[in-house]
Amino acid sequence: MSAADDVPGAETAVGGDGSAPLRVEGLEKHFGGITAVDGATFDVERGSLTGLIGPNGAGKSTTFDLVTGFHRPDAGSVRFEGEDITGRRPHEIADRGLVRTFQIARELGEMTVLENMMLAPGDQRGEQLWRSVLPGFRGAVRDQEGELLERCWEMLEFFEIDHLAEEYAKNLSGGQRKLLEMARVLMTDPTLVLLDEPLAGVNPTLEEKLLDHVHELREEGYTFLLVEHDMSVILENCKHVIVMHQGRVLAEGTPAEIKSDERVLDAYLGEAI
Amino acid sequence: MVDLPARGRGLATVATRRPLVAVTAVVGGVMALHLVWMLLVADSVQFARLGTLLWDGLMRGLVIGLAGIGLSMTYSILNFANFAHGDYITSGAFVGWGVTYLIAGFGTANWGDLLLVGAAGDVYGPQLGIGITASPVAILVGLVIAALAAVGIALLVDRVVYRSMRDAGGIPLLIASVGVAFALRYLVAFVYTQSNRGTTSASGVPQWSVPMIDGTLGVTGHDLTLLVSSVGLMLGVHVLLQRTKLGKAMRAMADNKQLALVTGIPTERVVRWTWIIGGGLTGAAGYLLVLWRGTLTFQFGWLLLLLIFAAVILGGIGSVYGAIFGGIIIGLTMSLSQLWIPTDFARAAAFAIMILILLVRPEGLFAGRTTA
Amino acid sequence: MSGETGSGWGNDVVKIVVTFAVMYAVYFVLGLIAGLPLQGIFATVVQLTLLIALYAMLTLALNLHWGYAGLFNIGIVGFMAVGAYTMLIISKPPASASAAAVIGGFGLPFSVGVVGAVVATALVGFVVALPALRLRADYLAITTIAFAEIIRFTFQSGTFSEFDLFGTTVGTGGGRGLLVNFEDPITTYVLDSGAFAAAVDWIEAATIGGNLQPVMDTAVVATVLMAVVAGYYWLFRRTGESPFGRVLKAINEDEDVARALGKDTSRFKVKSFMLGCALMGLAGAFYAMYFLGSVNPTAFKPQFTFFVWVALIIGGAGSNTGSVLGAAIFVGVLLRGPLFVKNVIETFVDIGSAPPTIIDAVAALGTLDVTPVIAYTFENISLFRIIALGVVLVWLMKRRPSGLLGHRKETAAAIPLGRLRPVGDAEPAADGGGSE
Repeated sequence: MSAADDVPGAETAVGGDGSAPLRVEGLEKHFGGITAVDGATFDVERGSLTGLIGPNGAGKSTTFDLVTGFHRPDAGSVRFEGEDITGRRPHEIADRGLVRTFQIARELGEMTVLENMMLAPGDQRGEQLWRSVLPGFRGAVRDQEGELLERCWEMLEFFEIDHLAEEYAKNLSGGQRKLLEMARVLMTDPTLVLLDEPLAGVNPTLEEKLLDHVHELREEGYTFLLVEHDMSVILENCKHVIVMHQGRVLAEGTPAEIKSDERVLDAYLGEAI
Repeated sequence: MVDLPARGRGLATVATRRPLVAVTAVVGGVMALHLVWMLLVADSVQFARLGTLLWDGLMRGLVIGLAGIGLSMTYSILNFANFAHGDYITSGAFVGWGVTYLIAGFGTANWGDLLLVGAAGDVYGPQLGIGITASPVAILVGLVIAALAAVGIALLVDRVVYRSMRDAGGIPLLIASVGVAFALRYLVAFVYTQSNRGTTSASGVPQWSVPMIDGTLGVTGHDLTLLVSSVGLMLGVHVLLQRTKLGKAMRAMADNKQLALVTGIPTERVVRWTWIIGGGLTGAAGYLLVLWRGTLTFQFGWLLLLLIFAAVILGGIGSVYGAIFGGIIIGLTMSLSQLWIPTDFARAAAFAIMILILLVRPEGLFAGRTTA
Repeated sequence: MSGETGSGWGNDVVKIVVTFAVMYAVYFVLGLIAGLPLQGIFATVVQLTLLIALYAMLTLALNLHWGYAGLFNIGIVGFMAVGAYTMLIISKPPASASAAAVIGGFGLPFSVGVVGAVVATALVGFVVALPALRLRADYLAITTIAFAEIIRFTFQSGTFSEFDLFGTTVGTGGGRGLLVNFEDPITTYVLDSGAFAAAVDWIEAATIGGNLQPVMDTAVVATVLMAVVAGYYWLFRRTGESPFGRVLKAINEDEDVARALGKDTSRFKVKSFMLGCALMGLAGAFYAMYFLGSVNPTAFKPQFTFFVWVALIIGGAGSNTGSVLGAAIFVGVLLRGPLFVKNVIETFVDIGSAPPTIIDAVAALGTLDVTPVIAYTFENISLFRIIALGVVLVWLMKRRPSGLLGHRKETAAAIPLGRLRPVGDAEPAADGGGSE
């Protein structure tokens, strides 16, 4: 699916002013003696499907962790929608609309698919204990639960896993879990979604389906930053590609530019493309 | 993989190393200065008292450290907090002291009553004249038996309870060990009764008065027995861990069980030896504590358990030296804190230190050094 | 209730009622066979219910901590103590010159004391939760028990035995503790009333005769406390079946995921810890008022905490219904059962007096005489019970760690989560929730 490359304007459907919701500058992270991220700087444009690639150990996952607050950067800044979110806690960042999926799908196995989905949205009245318990106020909570339930069903239908709604998440197959992971994170109504290798271990049919869904969502206005190990997926789907190597941004550009960039080829020398 | 950033901006809790050292140094310095002031200027504390507290704390700390080695080893190699550990101490001590009574009072009373450490209430330790110089054989044999008994109990419980739960995870094992703890403790009470016994007689042990600047420090033969035995045992463990193949295997397993399995280290064998060594030290510690204190009750191990946990956490789980060091620190804390706070709260001070360590450096002081 | 998650509130209540009924029936049957006086059996059953009520409250609270939020709390008795002492300090009559040795309180009504107990324990829960939040389960366990010990030292210490607050002299009583030297509201408003006395007379005349007053008094208290249990159940059930409960379950399983979805997990953990502690404190206040004549630190033994955990594991952590059932079975079968069985056996067989030591008892087995061993066991039945409990807990953790109802997932939502628009049908048909 080369939707990205050839159809001009297809991926900046909403927010066509080209503003960048995510601006990362000079991010650094050291673990003991190892430098995982060494001055990463890049922007992610609104409504885009941007790819982030790099050989093993390039620092992609750590960058995700730094951006989403799971690690604190030793230096550098992260700006989201104009706000400096560097070093903020994960839930504060997610609350602002910058969310992520995990490389290994972390479904909540002891809860049903629906419960997983209902968990995700923010601003739930019922998350305030007193509202859920006190007699006069529970009605409003139930009303909101009803609304959320409908949205959940819609999202599950979109991802075609609605038949699994009442299954316990631990009973899902690997591919189904990936779908759930993505469906769940979208229930938070995010602005920008960081996808951490969502296609790892996924069969080709499902892969195509997932990418179709991502493109459809992009057209509705979501922005995605996609980390994938499989270069071809990135090059075929993303308009803008960022290449990381040894903790730094090595190159940036369109897939065509990246494909022919010697530095990139050098970095991947020895890696199967 | 995912570790959390320090807790928000503006909160005092920190997770980096240097601030802990700084704060400890400052607090320690202030307290040391205050102590010097109390000793020299205000004269509110006698050197003799300080000496007594230090000696007392050291003794207590050695016992806690000795018992802590076993707990630390099982915590790291078997990956769960053994809440029955305190009751291994108690059971070992009871069995050992039963034998001591039997030897010391042989012929003077019913063997059953002696073996049950005077359960029927008509045999008394002080009457039997038990003491290190009066009945050294009884005590030595009792000590060995206490260690062996604890080993036996530990192995038995492992075989019956924990072996089939090896992969159950830390929490189910912890809860199971709580069950074991209560079953064992009340079995001891059932068999030996709940009475609080005096076990030694003052006449059976030499006592010295060590002159201190403004008074004397009382040292008894039992203090020295405790000192010599525990240090000896600790040295023995050190040699075992560093010089023998078994020790190396234990250190490897504490580091990474999966890897140890892959490299062919016989883990069940290592587990067994963990219980043997740990149990042995634990039983000995229990016996020695009773010898030193001169009293024996069925709860004493349980009451000690939390302090042992404090010592192990302070020193770092899996580190033998950490357990010893932690034990001594906890013992000294309990003693010296009495200079500043009411005696009732001496234990609270030790717990406070434990909680502090858990917050600031949960891996303990000797972290990263594993079972050595 | 029809608007609640359809996972069978009614169904669960039936389960609870049936369990109680069966247990009472067994007690009555056994007692009647043994020829125990009907009044005595009735008294036993009433006492049983009273104790079950207390344990049910504690187990339900612990279930919120462990079953929902995954917080490993083994400091239960500490929180009970806080509640008990706070209530007493607030509600005890002021110190009087005539009873100089008796430490007084503020003399406020019991209801105020109870509110104070809840608030105080919630605050203590907050203080404990703060450091404990970031700790993994086993460290949290150790920390909670350390705090419980610190609480015990505080109440035992002479330092706080007596002090002045807001112009009144109050205190903890130190090692001696505090006397519960005032009347509880149930006694004042019900038991001492003319109407109740008349009712008891009528029952005495109509049934088994004799002096039923004490038994009826206790029966009323037991009923009131069971109503409180119902209140606890309602509260915890609603807490669990809500977005709040949903987040707790998520935190329990994978805290990072909850954070990644924007939930401030610390806040949820603190709140649920405080709520559970507050209700443990309330139970502690009831414990002091209705079970003890005086309160001192030895009334709050560590084995209490252990007992509540056994009850929770029996019933199944994560299930509120299970918590109530677990408490009932624990008290009826494991805690009180042995005593009752002992009484029953003793009406049939003369066990004789216990030998002085266990060795004597076991020695008798050599001559195939089991009576001494049994006598010894009966003499020490309270110790024997706890050994049995330890064994039961170990067995449960090995064979059936999810207890009776722990496998059952109580859906964490305020409405039934079913398909809203089944294929080809315009009517919303809400199926039951996700349990079983």
